[in-house]
Amino acid sequence: MKRLIKECIKGIAKENPTFGLILGLCPTLAVSTSVINAVGMGMAATFVLICSNTIISALRHVIPDRIRLPAYIVVVATFVTICEMLMKAYAPALNVSLGIFVPLIVVNCIILARAEAFASKNPTLPSFFDGLGMGIGFTLALTLIALVRELLGTGSVAGFTLAVHAEPITMMILSPGALLTLGILIALSNMIKRAFATRKTKP
Amino acid sequence: MKNNLLLSSSPHLHTVESVRKIMWVVGLSLLPAGAAGVYLFGMSAFWILTAGVVSALVTEAAIQALTRKKISLSDGSAFLTGLLLAYNLPPDIPLWLPAFGSFFAVAIGKQIFGGLGQNIFNPALIGRVFLMASWPKYMTTFTTPLAYDAITQATPLALLKEHTLIERISYLDLFLGKRGGCIGEVCIVALLAGALFLLVKGYISWHIPFSYIITVGLLTYVFGPNGIASGDWLFHILSGGLILGAFFMATDYVTSPLTYNGQLIFGIGCGLITAVIRLWGGYPEGVSYAILIMNAATPIIDRYTKNRIYGT
Repeated sequence: MKRLIKECIKGIAKENPTFGLILGLCPTLAVSTSVINAVGMGMAATFVLICSNTIISALRHVIPDRIRLPAYIVVVATFVTICEMLMKAYAPALNVSLGIFVPLIVVNCIILARAEAFASKNPTLPSFFDGLGMGIGFTLALTLIALVRELLGTGSVAGFTLAVHAEPITMMILSPGALLTLGILIALSNMIKRAFATRKTKP
Repeated sequence: MKNNLLLSSSPHLHTVESVRKIMWVVGLSLLPAGAAGVYLFGMSAFWILTAGVVSALVTEAAIQALTRKKISLSDGSAFLTGLLLAYNLPPDIPLWLPAFGSFFAVAIGKQIFGGLGQNIFNPALIGRVFLMASWPKYMTTFTTPLAYDAITQATPLALLKEHTLIERISYLDLFLGKRGGCIGEVCIVALLAGALFLLVKGYISWHIPFSYIITVGLLTYVFGPNGIASGDWLFHILSGGLILGAFFMATDYVTSPLTYNGQLIFGIGCGLITAVIRLWGGYPEGVSYAILIMNAATPIIDRYTKNRIYGT
């Protein structure tokens, strides 16, 4: 049980897909213009990540090594299609605002990287928790970036305009704002990690 | 025994010039243009210049204190960044705009790369482009010079772009700065006085500014409004921020090529992009974008124009 929790936690903090592994930047940069988009994207990716990790881990002895990548892609694409259909049925507005980035989850490198690096070598239960942790980590990172960008770029949070706000910095919801926010947040997370590392070695 | 022998690698030439002196001399050579801007646009221009400079100095000091570096306000680089940014702003805008722009220019344009000498892009222009992308409403509202009740007026280049430049502004007015525009860019004669001083004293070389201005003149002459070779090249040279950009911002030591051949390529590239934006682009003026794009090309220009070492 302890190990399972550890697999889950590492995706959120130490090996956070966005700030630690710097994976899956295309959706991160593209949909982080508003918190709602970010949470929707994060949840979709988490769903796909958990399902694909579990299935690939269960099939890891069946899939021949030489064609493992096409096999992984087929599994991932199946879940992305399910996810897209569900989203079209129950959250059509979100589906419209995320647009092409929902089908593009298929080629999100977080998912393929976890399949290749973790799920294909570990039993099913740890793989499930690895997917869960990575998904939560991705969602949190995406939401944090979107929070900063939406707050500075439009003066609102999750669609609600703040009562007190200065003139919004339009650039923050344009593409330079995405890269700037991502860069500064990665720098901050590295700073925090370094502070923890030195504290651990000191006593 | 104390070792009095000092070993150092070549070159052994020594000069009294220092970064600090160069920065303050460049700042000094910019003063006539600033004074002209304040004379033309009134005290609001002065407060904008002050806000830009103070914010740049405070930001530099704050970041250096936070990162536990030596605070180097006296080297004048932050002062110059703030001043150049403010020169690139319209004369009648709220004061938080230059303050925020200077903060962005120093923090994101310079300090995040590691401080003076490490930045890829000209910090003042980073600040200007940031303000332009974020608050275009303020950044494109210009006022009429020598009219103290702030009548808005478009710049000559904006009028040209909208095909509403009915009566030509005289070249003399353009030369003296009696036109709408940014604080530091309008008075060509004051800018040229400062630039001449820098050229004669050898602080800047002629390569970048002259190749830049000649390229813009040539292209705007050849691709005129009424067919080939009918353009008003003098109008294009005297309007917009070309003179300010060519002499004072494209020549920034950190972000321009090292060799003279490289500087010629840099200047021609800047001229090409400026002329293309002015003639066919969406914006009326393209000097800041042209210089920033060529800043990005500077490392590759440096690589291919490296002087061959004698004997190899």
